[in-house]
Amino acid sequence: MKCEKAGHLSDKDQYKEASFWEKIKLVSHILFCKFCREYVKNNKRLSEVFKESDLKTMTRSDKLKIKKRLYEEILK
Amino acid sequence: MKNSLPSINDLNPNLWVDKHSDYLFNYTIVRVNDTEIAKDLISETFLAGLKSINSFKGKASERTWLIAILKRKIIDHYRKINSKKGKAEVRINYSEDSEIDWLEEKVSDPYIKNAEDRIQNHELGFAIFNCLDKLKEKQARIFKMKTIDNMDTESICKEFNISPSNLWVIIHRARKDMAACLKENWF
Repeated sequence: MKCEKAGHLSDKDQYKEASFWEKIKLVSHILFCKFCREYVKNNKRLSEVFKESDLKTMTRSDKLKIKKRLYEEILK
Repeated sequence: MKNSLPSINDLNPNLWVDKHSDYLFNYTIVRVNDTEIAKDLISETFLAGLKSINSFKGKASERTWLIAILKRKIIDHYRKINSKKGKAEVRINYSEDSEIDWLEEKVSDPYIKNAEDRIQNHELGFAIFNCLDKLKEKQARIFKMKTIDNMDTESICKEFNISPSNLWVIIHRARKDMAACLKENWF
């Protein structure tokens, strides 16, 4: 497996979209690849950081409401 | 001379709201602790910004300027609440001997985090936004949808009319850039 693929599997894993076999493939790759091991480590940390931050976004419909109000104001 | 400052004619509310609303939302929510109030205050902030766009000198960044307006809106909000004080009656249903129950309820309240945690989270939030700003517009939007809103791959692909493999390439680049950007202080 190439590093590109390993990186992709690691990404999928961060969103819980990697299958059991994909995880096995990834683990066996990073066992021997220092470069990907580092990427996987950072990738996991990035997910943790987002979890810790507890960021919120506004829903799309809320944003749409604000946009509509702004357009109305501009067209006045 | 070309004037690069925004005027009401060339302002695009679509981009404006997409660019700043999440940042403003997180700024507000730690201060007012109520989603509905936060949304109202942000809406008012954008409107006020729009009305006074001509007074924006471009000395500060657009976002700093919006935050300055938002701060005033938040202060006004608390003033309004304070002026209603005394009219409201607060009932506390705990008698003295049920103090223990009260304490237990208090510590089990998931919304009461310790202050240090909150400040820490808040700073981290700003760091994340600063790094998100360095991503390309579309890349940032897709990454946010996937990572913060936890949207599934299929719906994002549909919305942006891209293939799943396109999406994963975008996510991969974004994750790499975000990790590099946050690494110094938060890893």
